[in-house]
Amino acid sequence: MSEMDWIAIGTIADIPLRGARCVNTPEGKIGVFRTAEDQIFAIEDHCPHKGGPLSQGIVHGASVTCPLHNWVFSLETGKAQGADEGSVRTIPLKVEDGRLFIALELRASKAA
Amino acid sequence: MTERLVIIGNGMAPGRMLEHLLEAAPSRYQVTIFNAEPRVNYDRIMLSPVLSGEKGYEEIIIHGDGWYIKHGITLYKGHTIVAIDRAAKTVTSDHGVTETYDKLVIATGSVPFIIPVPGNDMAGVLSYRDLDDVNAMLLAAQSRAKAVVIGGGLLGLEAAAGLQARGMDVTVLHVMPTLMERQLDPAAGYLLQRAVEARGIKVMTKANTKAIVGNGKVEGVELADGSVVPATLVVMAVGIRPNASIARDAGIETNRGIVVDNGMRTSDPDILALGECAEVGGQVYGLVAPLYEMARVAAAHLAGDQTAGFVHSDTPTKLKVTGIDLYSLGDFADGDDREEIVLRDAAAGIYKRLVLKDNRVIGTVLYGETGDGAWFNDLKKKQTDISEMRDTLIFGQAYQGGSPLDPMAAVAALADDAEICGCNGVCKGKITGTITEKGLTSLDDVRAHTKASASCGSCTGLVEQLMSLTLGDSYNPAAVQPMCKCTDLGHDDVRRLIKAKGLKTIPEVMQELQWKSSCGCAKCRPALNYYLVCDWPDEYADDYQSRFINERVHANIQKDGTYSVVPRMWGGVTNSSELRAIADVVDKFEIPMVKVTGGQRIDMLGIRKEDLPAVWSDLGKAGFVSGHAYAKGLRTVKTCVGSDWCRFGTQDSTGLGIRIEKFMWGSWTPAKVKMAVSGCPRNCAEATCKDIGVICVDSGFEIHFAGAAGLDIKGTEVLGLVKTEDEALEVIVALTQMYREQGRYLERIYKWAKRVGIAEIKRQILDDADMRTAYYERFVFSQKFAQVDPWSERVSGMDKHEFHPMASVGFAEAAE
Repeated sequence: MSEMDWIAIGTIADIPLRGARCVNTPEGKIGVFRTAEDQIFAIEDHCPHKGGPLSQGIVHGASVTCPLHNWVFSLETGKAQGADEGSVRTIPLKVEDGRLFIALELRASKAA
Repeated sequence: MTERLVIIGNGMAPGRMLEHLLEAAPSRYQVTIFNAEPRVNYDRIMLSPVLSGEKGYEEIIIHGDGWYIKHGITLYKGHTIVAIDRAAKTVTSDHGVTETYDKLVIATGSVPFIIPVPGNDMAGVLSYRDLDDVNAMLLAAQSRAKAVVIGGGLLGLEAAAGLQARGMDVTVLHVMPTLMERQLDPAAGYLLQRAVEARGIKVMTKANTKAIVGNGKVEGVELADGSVVPATLVVMAVGIRPNASIARDAGIETNRGIVVDNGMRTSDPDILALGECAEVGGQVYGLVAPLYEMARVAAAHLAGDQTAGFVHSDTPTKLKVTGIDLYSLGDFADGDDREEIVLRDAAAGIYKRLVLKDNRVIGTVLYGETGDGAWFNDLKKKQTDISEMRDTLIFGQAYQGGSPLDPMAAVAALADDAEICGCNGVCKGKITGTITEKGLTSLDDVRAHTKASASCGSCTGLVEQLMSLTLGDSYNPAAVQPMCKCTDLGHDDVRRLIKAKGLKTIPEVMQELQWKSSCGCAKCRPALNYYLVCDWPDEYADDYQSRFINERVHANIQKDGTYSVVPRMWGGVTNSSELRAIADVVDKFEIPMVKVTGGQRIDMLGIRKEDLPAVWSDLGKAGFVSGHAYAKGLRTVKTCVGSDWCRFGTQDSTGLGIRIEKFMWGSWTPAKVKMAVSGCPRNCAEATCKDIGVICVDSGFEIHFAGAAGLDIKGTEVLGLVKTEDEALEVIVALTQMYREQGRYLERIYKWAKRVGIAEIKRQILDDADMRTAYYERFVFSQKFAQVDPWSERVSGMDKHEFHPMASVGFAEAAE
């Protein structure tokens, strides 16, 4: 795989504390989350259970609760917590001087 | 070869017998059951909670249909056996089904005793025996009229409490001078009578029924002194007698009941009898523990163990009326060779009496505080010599031998063979042993594995204490259910501490109350946010990140991630320009579905989140504000057309509905609040299943509350009648504020009301004018901060980030 292409998506301040925003991509929405401790995570905005938009859920610790049926996902690993089983894709993200970048693997997958 | 076992009757005793039998000899018999009742086996002890509304029928089923299928048992529901042919070894039902048996078990139970007075067969006279009786009583209770219960024993008092909880005006007639005279001494009977009367139930003792009067339908009960107690419902609960007629007809030996030996065998060696219809050792039984003992013995004999024998034991009596604690056991009649120890504490409503003979406990009556019942029972059973601890005996186990006053100490000190669950005969050692052996952690698990606390439930506290003892800190008794995993505190404690400590932000609550997680979870954060909004309306800054998405974006999320929008239509009234504006919005935003809601307004479904502010902007121009269809708050006030149009309307129900809605919109509540105002008792606005409802009558406004028509269905309770619209509004607002201040987050009004008690709510809202005014004023104050239309705020740019993606990336490359 080629070196990652980092794409700018905005700044930390664009996301409310304990909140999320979403980013549209050709492969679907990505949720970008900001925790109470100012950690930033990006995951696929699509619950594996019934497709709920995770970016609309309540953010607590480094987890989010899906707004449709209350599945809880770790923002770090993308794995469902508790008794539910499933996971969402995590998206590489970096913060530089408060600016946020994500890496998409679009071309790699297009070429394949 | 498989033998054929036929059982007549499907109550708790044969049900338990089958459980034992399937365990001991699972494939020995092909089983067929005939049940005169058209249903499966349910827990008859729990009929009183069903009557009072504390439980539903589904919750008291012991064996569901699947159980019979799983075990290959044929169950004929609604079949009464009319003949036993002992020569041919067959039974025949009233529907003409004939079955052959190798072994027959008669478990026909008992029939209620109907007192032989004129009019006892009139419509409106019921007994209290099975679910059909309960359903008939519930139907009658809907009228909220007067009921008379004849019989002041265990069953009669439970029936009276249940009917009263359902809104009826209840009088208990009891022929003896004090209530429950067979289980209680006169002093405890008197205390019980006071407690029953304090709940608003009238009690008449020494009341001898002469006749049931009425004209085809019950109108009252005439007493021996000629006076008439008016009633539209009469429940006879004066006792039961064994139902032995089918056995008698078949020539089997009967006396009061069907005579059996201590192996449950009748005079016919292939026929057994058990339950309330059986008479063993000259005694018939009505409490569940000895019936389960019969079930154990009968199952053993059917499985081939001829050594099992019935052992008589005294069973404690407990009254299942919420809020009245009563325990009685053994023999407590006076006698020359007997001594007694009595403790009375009138202020605390406590009465305890121990009857001793030769320094041994032979009887116990406990009223008001029954925690030591199991210990006294144990002393009695073991015939312990109590002379050493006589001085402190009455104070209970905690006071013996200088041990500390830890409530757990009493349970800890019980011997392993001390009986904890009287209904199922489960002792302490069995419970603690099973908890350890199977690694049980919840009360439900313990019930499933040991049966302890699984019948009448009155030993639940003891079982929970045993769980705490065995599991240590890892067990949290359900009595105080923590809000969530982030805290050990329950909702009530958290609400109390927020006020007491003056906590005004979520981080402050979490810090002061030692939250176990850094920033809560999706359960506690919305609850805390509501409690703070409610308690400090002027000071607390609403934390939108702690609100569920619907309340954050003021629309309802749908399964595909789009939203639905419901504008307010005051009282369900609209006009052509409003409808035109809605039509234009639907066209402009290509809204795929428009639907009329159950709350008399219009729902637009399938709106993209990004479009929400623009939709609201257009709706706002037509005068619409948010309908809060997404809120834990005031939803709709449904109305009928009332005196303006309707021939039958008694008041301006539409106008009152609109007035209430305009006054109360925007208020947050623990759970959603739906209201309705009907213009006459025909109730076209369906006000009697709402959280709060009004039924207009000629003389004023009947205020209803605590109805439900969702997961649960429940008619409303009547709060009271007021004369004017102003009073109606004040009462409704005060009631809502009381609920706002006391309700647990997500707890609907009917659940809150059940917890707090209808009588207490009436006292605070109707009887105490000062409290009512104070509640009213606190609501009005909080509305100053709550009545801001959230849609117009967002049209003006508030929370813009909610409605737009942060970025769109990757599309240029993809297009190549």
